[in-house]
Amino acid sequence: MTDHTDNQRTGTTRVKRGLADMLKGGVIMDVVTPEQAKIAEEAGAVAVMALERVPADIRRDGGVARMSDPEMIDGIVAAVSIPVMAKARIGHFVEAQVLQGLGVDYVDESEVLTPADEANHIDKWRFDVPFVCGATNLGEALRRLSEGAAMIRSKGEAGTGNVVEATRHMRQITGEIRRLSTMDETELYTAAKQHQAPVELVREVAETGRLPVVLFTAGGIATPADAAMMMQLGADGVFVGSGIFKSGNPEQRARAIVEATTHFEDPQVIAKVSRGLGEAMVGIEIDTLPAGQKYADRGW
Amino acid sequence: MSAPTTARWTPGERLAGRAPLPDAPEGAPVVGVLALQGDVLEHLRALRRCGALATEVRTAAGLAQVDALVLPGGESTTIGKLLERFELMQPIRDRIAAGMPTFGTCAGMILLSDELEQDRPQPLIGGLHVRTRRNAYGRQLDSFDTRIEVAGIDGGPMDVAFIRAPRVEQVLADEVEVLAEVEGFPVIVRQDRLLAAAFHPEVTGDDRLHAAFVASVLPATL
Repeated sequence: MTDHTDNQRTGTTRVKRGLADMLKGGVIMDVVTPEQAKIAEEAGAVAVMALERVPADIRRDGGVARMSDPEMIDGIVAAVSIPVMAKARIGHFVEAQVLQGLGVDYVDESEVLTPADEANHIDKWRFDVPFVCGATNLGEALRRLSEGAAMIRSKGEAGTGNVVEATRHMRQITGEIRRLSTMDETELYTAAKQHQAPVELVREVAETGRLPVVLFTAGGIATPADAAMMMQLGADGVFVGSGIFKSGNPEQRARAIVEATTHFEDPQVIAKVSRGLGEAMVGIEIDTLPAGQKYADRGW
Repeated sequence: MSAPTTARWTPGERLAGRAPLPDAPEGAPVVGVLALQGDVLEHLRALRRCGALATEVRTAAGLAQVDALVLPGGESTTIGKLLERFELMQPIRDRIAAGMPTFGTCAGMILLSDELEQDRPQPLIGGLHVRTRRNAYGRQLDSFDTRIEVAGIDGGPMDVAFIRAPRVEQVLADEVEVLAEVEGFPVIVRQDRLLAAAFHPEVTGDDRLHAAFVASVLPATL
């Protein structure tokens, strides 16, 4: 760590939200080993998410999913020069303290892991490390912001390779933002009540027509066209979890998703990068998930 | 000049900067922002506030339309790879060699540097005769807000954010001017038509560096 002089302030909201700004237009990839992290960096990922098992395997294996082994996170941090994120369980503030101590660049308070607190999310204002949190609708996103999150991702349904839930959540969030921006001052109080979110944040969203932080998308993106669709729906960038390393040719697919995310409005580029990618991950129909196995329902 | 309207939000707008353009003054320079990845929208807004006609550049054809170019903050490894894959690297080098004013912030400074202080190779545009260290202050926990005095910028110190920021370790040629330093290392350098900052003036709303850059574009286009 660098010794900072008196007029240098670390851990500010501006530098927390600012790092997410720098990730815009990029792809953040789930990795479980230093080797995968290097493949992701080589493919053009803007950051990697270090975790023990990708969501598809968590789904298959069952059991309690927790923060990764610090040794594994250290290995990934040492392997790449791009930012490293890591997941803590919802409400598990000690896992978050450990991740901050390891020097990760972003903590994902993630519904993919088994929640550790059924009432409270982590008080993220207490940390210098920035947090990204999942949301299925605008109210949930604003509640996470009120707890100190510096970046939001739509939840989708991780580990399914099925983009339908990601689409639902992006449309939900952006649609609710558009509706807020048509309301007058008086109506915003009722809107805040309906969204169960602080009126100050509701007013800010209504005035600016956007979240005050970066909005990525996650949960089910498996192809370059999936990523481009999320970008056209208003995402600032894309998280890809199981979709890359559960596919037939991870190197090529990772690269193709990066390129499609950059040129998300150019069907010719998307067609070109989609050629000959080999097997995509085998997807899961959302309706076939057993009760209690929808990760998006975790968190509130 | 009115501020960009953000209330009429359209999907993708945060990245693509589709907010309606305010009327730029007659003869305003066209300043492109390289839009492969990074905080493109923040630069587009800052440039518009400074009276430029700001536009995204994603292709060589787009590059040909602009008088000047901004290389935004972002992930330098990602942007460098995409410059190569989408065949923009050489066209940008050619324009810079022909005198196009170019301003890089953070990742943009890295991409403009001739050399990096690191073992792993990564694609660079080059042209700015400096040796730069990526993540020079550490990881995100070491990112900081500060105020710095900048040579040639009036009105007191600039309010800036250093986010996983680089810094110049070594100036490699006499024509490189150092406009500001932090802890004894250059964080703003200028070399003829190239300007590079290690921090992000675009996220703070302190537009003085952008204004100076836009002002410097005009002579070349007249």
